[in-house]
Amino acid sequence: MTAGAPDAAAARTPLPARTNKVVPLAHALEYFHDGMTLMYGGFGGIGTPPTLTKALLEAGVRDLSLIGNDAGFPDVGPGPLFVNRRVRRLLASHIGSNPVAGEQMSRGELEVEFSPQGTLAERIRAGGMGLGGVLVDVGLGTVAETGKARLKLEGRTVLVEPALTAEVAIVYAAKADPLGNLVFDKTARNFNPLVAMAGDITIAEADEIVAVGELDPECIVTPGIFVDMVVQSEGIHWTWVWEQREEHP
Amino acid sequence: MSAGANGRAGGSNPAAAVDVRRRIAERAAREIKPGTVVNLGIGVPTLVADYVPHDIGVVFQAENGMLGYGVAPLPGHEDGHLTNAGGLPVTETPGASYFDSTVAFGMIRRGRLDMTILGALQVSAHGDLANWLVPGRRVPGMGGAMELAQKARKVVALTTHTSKDGEPKIVAECTLPLTAAHCVHLIVTELAVIEVTAEGLVLREVAAGHSLEEVATLTGAPLLVPTEPGVF
Repeated sequence: MTAGAPDAAAARTPLPARTNKVVPLAHALEYFHDGMTLMYGGFGGIGTPPTLTKALLEAGVRDLSLIGNDAGFPDVGPGPLFVNRRVRRLLASHIGSNPVAGEQMSRGELEVEFSPQGTLAERIRAGGMGLGGVLVDVGLGTVAETGKARLKLEGRTVLVEPALTAEVAIVYAAKADPLGNLVFDKTARNFNPLVAMAGDITIAEADEIVAVGELDPECIVTPGIFVDMVVQSEGIHWTWVWEQREEHP
Repeated sequence: MSAGANGRAGGSNPAAAVDVRRRIAERAAREIKPGTVVNLGIGVPTLVADYVPHDIGVVFQAENGMLGYGVAPLPGHEDGHLTNAGGLPVTETPGASYFDSTVAFGMIRRGRLDMTILGALQVSAHGDLANWLVPGRRVPGMGGAMELAQKARKVVALTTHTSKDGEPKIVAECTLPLTAAHCVHLIVTELAVIEVTAEGLVLREVAAGHSLEEVATLTGAPLLVPTEPGVF
């Protein structure tokens, strides 16, 4: 899904030195452009980088081709990008929590391709791991098969699911160090470690940036080699859905 | 996340709708065996956790990347980064673990889940499940439902017995796009517990206060009725 933009790339600030990837938000923003393919971590907005998505919206970038688990909620996670009509195409496992995205899809304004969630995660991982794709039997005999090649492999029928990469990937970490090593926070991990590996350029937003050596090497989830830039998070600026309800269902 | 039975039954009476949701969830909880690993879908299936005793060693898996989540936290103690797949705050139980989405679905595809309880839009007499798409009307996407329906060792489908318009949701053949074919083992509604067998649908239990005839009339596929179905 990656399309190069060499001229624009040449004009950008050079990537930070490999020993200190911490950059101001403005620097990271130089890598966002109209029509870009952007992959994001998060599950219903949980684990979607709040500061980067807000900056993307405020920068007015449009015609986005997005890859992520879902469309968030209208005012949570990637949701506002849909509400503000910045998205042309989406590859996701569901959009049920963002009715605005559903309406745009029904009106033909937003092109949506659905992928079973586990398959989507593996396709992103495959992209990040330098593989061509994955072979799965999930969705055989359903519409998930549409447009997919079928293979008979050692007696087993499988679908060929191509790998996914993106021009830019954005992730949300609990902690990062200047080398780009990342650890995540509980269920905010979800797609983030996979997305981090699948970007041509990966930008990590972290709640806390610690000195090199402070993260336990045994506990680092994403090795810094996959991360190009680290920006300081300004924290969650939306209200979670459960905070908006009077009572839990 | 998957779409599902979201308490549309009960007509315009919200209290009745809540009652129907609770009745289905309470009955479904009795299917969960001690020491098993279970994934609960969005909507009514999420409520099932409220009826499972805490001391029987059930491990709840959430496909957003957690094994071993516990009850909802007390108000004021919620953590926005500690939720189930429906986005509702949960807590850690001892031995809980977090992992990324490939690991979450790896354990599902590999057949490590003893049971999943999912909402349904339609279930067929062969155990086909449709729960993610109503063409032209509702396009939520399949989320993780295809993996769960196809790969969990036992699939329990929860649904109101009929749609808001009174149409049977248990049908001879699904007319909606499938989530997975031949996957459902047991159907629990507010009126009945129905087992999917090679011979067809077997009526195992009828809800107290309802008759066999009523259940049969509201079911869109033939029901095999044992001499004495149970009551719940």
